[in-house]
Amino acid sequence: MDAEATFEGMMGEELPSLDEFIARAGATGTLSGIALEGTDAEDLLAEMRRRWDVMRESVRDGLEEVGSSAGGMVARDGRRYLDRITATGGLMGPLPGKAAAYALAASECNACMGRICAAPTAGACGVLPGLFLAASEEMGAGGDQLARALVTAGLVGTVIAARASLSGAEGGCQAECGSAAAMGAAAVVELAGGSPAAAGHAAALALKSFLGLACDPVGGLVEVPCIKRNAIAAVHALAAADMALAGVASAIPVDEVIDAMGRVGRSLPEELRETGRGGVAATPTGRRIAARLYESAPDDNR
Amino acid sequence: MPVKGGNGDLSGDILKVIGPVMIGPSSSHTAGPLRLGRAARALLGEEILRARVILMGSLAATGRGHGTPQAAVAGLLDMASDDRRVPDAPGIARDRGLEFEILYSDATGAHPNEIAFQLRGRAGGSVTMRGISIGGGEIAITAVDGFEVSITGHYPTLVVFMTDRPGLIGAVTRAIGSRGINIAFMSVARKRRGQEALMSIELDQAADAALVEALRGIDGVFGVRVIPDTL
Repeated sequence: MDAEATFEGMMGEELPSLDEFIARAGATGTLSGIALEGTDAEDLLAEMRRRWDVMRESVRDGLEEVGSSAGGMVARDGRRYLDRITATGGLMGPLPGKAAAYALAASECNACMGRICAAPTAGACGVLPGLFLAASEEMGAGGDQLARALVTAGLVGTVIAARASLSGAEGGCQAECGSAAAMGAAAVVELAGGSPAAAGHAAALALKSFLGLACDPVGGLVEVPCIKRNAIAAVHALAAADMALAGVASAIPVDEVIDAMGRVGRSLPEELRETGRGGVAATPTGRRIAARLYESAPDDNR
Repeated sequence: MPVKGGNGDLSGDILKVIGPVMIGPSSSHTAGPLRLGRAARALLGEEILRARVILMGSLAATGRGHGTPQAAVAGLLDMASDDRRVPDAPGIARDRGLEFEILYSDATGAHPNEIAFQLRGRAGGSVTMRGISIGGGEIAITAVDGFEVSITGHYPTLVVFMTDRPGLIGAVTRAIGSRGINIAFMSVARKRRGQEALMSIELDQAADAALVEALRGIDGVFGVRVIPDTL
């Protein structure tokens, strides 16, 4: 691990709230600018550029090179959907269409044991690459801007980790894909030149709409419904960012939404927290896929 | 509370949230077991001839679908957690003459993601290690050769195999201190009074070869291993 600090080392009462960071950034600053204070900014931004490269490669690998997944539930849907977006623009247009296609691809890369950046987790590793690669192609965002926006996403994730959780086993998928969407929505607002306050509203709008989302992987594997959920979370983050850029405000402040997500997570039954025993994993088809998976398991000792 | 107007340094937290860079699909079932395998190899301290890997709890239940066997073997080969060869690790191990066996245990340990390694080296050494994968790629080594330990891999860690005898702990810590190296955390475990003991010492700086040699030269110390903080 390259980071010594643990989430436990940054307790909720010590870490300022997201709204305090937003207040410090003021109307003209940025959340990334505030997050970079007190760090070796050049070092951190250089590492963010490296991680952005990994994200971009994970999309490329998912579109082109990946092998097969252990569960055999990966269907190269990133490629399939990108072809439609490229040919017709799709129903949504190129920015959300590409964000969804690229998020599918990066998540497929993860399922097939490719190299990914677990931002914020491996299970939700498609959302940020989808948003960022689509933003670089359709919004003209350059590498330095993207590196700074990753810092903003990281700041939002740090506050979520301190106040609630980023783990599906602790808080369900709202803590993984929901958090990724909140992080991505704030980052996209910054990329689009929106204010720190708008970034906070975008994060709140995105996370609110994921409250209660179950973590229900079929057969316990990071394939179904995780891969497609990443794509939909990316589109959802863009909708939240776009509304916030128009001045739409979240009635509930972002930190209170994060706290609510933590509480909802703690009240989710164990079946809905990454055990593979609830939600779509417990459907007749989900159970059938899981049974087939373990029947046909290869002998690793040969 | 932080200083007014300042956040402290958030880079460690941000790097954890925007990372780690790893081979998928799961930080707890892929990256964690790989790092535990690397730690086991470091504890053996020589080339591995034979390895038995025992997956327990959730790692036994869904490990196959998460590439846990490949990741654990990749760790035994000392691959990094973002090495693209991780999926091919079992074949690479066989090519290098490393015999391994993966066992799935239905024993329920203290933690849902537990793994044990039993290693034998080409030079004749052996070691057993138990550990847990606690999420986000984070790990804890919980036992070495049956001695209870708690090693996180956040610090360079010295593991000293020794006789349970008065004055030896002092001799070991003096040797470390005399080189200007600070001890962050330390624990001592023994099975029976006057017999074998094990010290695990987490350091603020890396242990150099000269320190390891000096520790090996202390009468009553019969083994020193280093687990790096870069697993």
